[in-house]
Amino acid sequence: MIRRPLRPLARILKARDRGENPDAIERENLRLRHEENRDRARSRAEGRLLVLGGCFFLAFGAIGLKMGGMAGAPAEEPRASASGNPIIAQRADITDRKGRILATNLDTYALYAQPPQMVDPVRSAAELVRIFPELDEQELLEDFTGPRKFMWIRKQISPEQRQAVHDIGDPGLLFGPREMRIYPNGPVAAHILGGASYGREGVSSAEVIGVAGVERRFDAYLRDPANEGAPLRLSLDLTVQSAVEEVLLGGMNLLNARGAAAVLMEAKTGEIVAMASLPDFDPNNRPRPLTKGSPADSPLFNRMVQGVYELGSVFKIFAVAQGLEMGLIQPSTMIDTKGPMTWGRFRIRDFHDYGPQLSATDVIVESSNIGTSRIALMFGAEKQREFLGELGMLEPTAVEMIEAPTGKPLLPAQWSEISTMTISYGHGLSVTPLHLAAGYATLANGGLKVTPTLLHKANRAPGERVVSEQTAAATRAMLRAVVSRGTASLGDVEGYEVGGKTGTADKPKENGGGYYKDKVISTFAGMFPATDPKYVFVVTFDEPVETTGSIPRRTAGWTAVPVAAEMIRRTAPLLGLRPQVEGAPYEGISLAAN
Amino acid sequence: MRGVIYVLSALAVVALGFWAYQENYSTQQSLREVRQLYARIGAAHARLGMLNAEWAYLNRPDRLRDLADLNFDRLGLLPLRPEAFGQIEQVGFPPEMLPPIMNPVEVSSAFMNTDEEPL
Repeated sequence: MIRRPLRPLARILKARDRGENPDAIERENLRLRHEENRDRARSRAEGRLLVLGGCFFLAFGAIGLKMGGMAGAPAEEPRASASGNPIIAQRADITDRKGRILATNLDTYALYAQPPQMVDPVRSAAELVRIFPELDEQELLEDFTGPRKFMWIRKQISPEQRQAVHDIGDPGLLFGPREMRIYPNGPVAAHILGGASYGREGVSSAEVIGVAGVERRFDAYLRDPANEGAPLRLSLDLTVQSAVEEVLLGGMNLLNARGAAAVLMEAKTGEIVAMASLPDFDPNNRPRPLTKGSPADSPLFNRMVQGVYELGSVFKIFAVAQGLEMGLIQPSTMIDTKGPMTWGRFRIRDFHDYGPQLSATDVIVESSNIGTSRIALMFGAEKQREFLGELGMLEPTAVEMIEAPTGKPLLPAQWSEISTMTISYGHGLSVTPLHLAAGYATLANGGLKVTPTLLHKANRAPGERVVSEQTAAATRAMLRAVVSRGTASLGDVEGYEVGGKTGTADKPKENGGGYYKDKVISTFAGMFPATDPKYVFVVTFDEPVETTGSIPRRTAGWTAVPVAAEMIRRTAPLLGLRPQVEGAPYEGISLAAN
Repeated sequence: MRGVIYVLSALAVVALGFWAYQENYSTQQSLREVRQLYARIGAAHARLGMLNAEWAYLNRPDRLRDLADLNFDRLGLLPLRPEAFGQIEQVGFPPEMLPPIMNPVEVSSAFMNTDEEPL
């Protein structure tokens, strides 16, 4: 590059000759050089900017193109990032406490038709009716040849039926995969499980939703993919549940009862080992609710959880427990039982006349209405309400079933003194048999409150104290005496030290106006073994009658008690309880295995 | 010198490109395998579910009860009842089997050759 000199000699000399300042020439040249430099730098910078701009344009263009492509393309699961297990997306199983399946899923198919694609609608309709006899050929044909574009034919079909439909060979008959909820044990534990049906349905899948029982209560849990298919473990024991249902059904048939219910519960934890209500149903084919008549006549009605009844004398133990707890009576305190007892216009009678007085223990053993009324009058309405509230008798049970809140106890409109007296022997307050079981479990658990539950858990926090250890032990001794020498003598299962209380309550008329004379609810509630209770049970019959004697017998001692005894005989060995020889334990011999 | 560096870096770019290409395709292959495995696991799960359901169905209490009744003559199965439990003393000791006597000893003459007085 040729640099232009700042002071060219020729021009300087010329300028000197003309008398001009030669420095002006130098300055002028310097300026020109600066301008030249500036122009060069600018053009280089502009070129760089252009290149940089091009790069940015290309980069953003690429990102934009990719974004456009992603937005336009159909969505796809990222294959590389597999979080969790993508396979187990179905509804979780329900098992019993030992892991035996109570509810599971089967893959099946739904059958649908797309009439526009059908080749031979007439033949297809005829063949379909041959496979599914309950379909109407004429209606099918009308649908196939009509304007419909899509129609469901069957929600679930078996593999054989699917093959048969496949063999028809019509391209307009199509299958959609379905998951089907099945209950392999049939009607065993039907009321607890409830049932399931389809929610939103599409061609390629349908959601299975629970409609009742634990299926509905734990619907969200069962459908939650985060659990990765971990089963819902109930506290039930399938074997025991089945044995209880068998015994109860036999008892119900023998006693010509309208219905029956039974529960067997762990005394310490409140875990329900077996709970049955008869008549029952098959959850695989859940019947429709009744549209007329009493809902209690439906097999769907769970007498254990939904049915509120005045349960009668089984309540007496709570009045006595409260009397003991408040220090008002001792088991040996003599109570006035002279009858009939008049209170205003009400008269309270006993089944028999028990003489002028009985000890508190004998009030329970002989089941004296007058005796418990007198005890209840000692502490009064307010305290009684408080105590029954602590036992959980005034609120629906907290058992994990969707039906539980419907079993709301019926309280007297005004808790007057006469209510106090009648409630002390189980009239005027309607609760579910499960409430009763929870109350007895509280006494069996040394006075700590027990909440019935259907979930199997390793550790549970102990409940709050309702009565003292001594009171609970005293009531247990009384309940044992009822069985060993009182109204429930048929319930004395050798070796299991059964303690319990019978209750025979006249049924109130549906339209009000008193009680039926020949319709009763008979109940036997208790625990075994009475000295250290492991299990609590309640057996209830609706309108039982025992006709082997000369006159029909309806009292619980003749109806509920023998059935409960048979239930204990059948279930206690299954629960791993050895019969113990009462009063004479073998010293020096310890149980090595059971 | 500069030329060598250019050639070397060009070769490095080619080698890296080749490596990236290989990695890309082996990753895709692995993903395909994983997908197949998932499909197989899914099928196995479905089969397991079906077998579990069938097992539960075959072992349902009603059926077992009917089977026990049906085969009562052969098996004599009864529900477990409290009478089935026994006390440990009720079990007799097995008769003690004495070993056969191999070297008979003449008891009466055992002390004949000793000087000591038998106690």
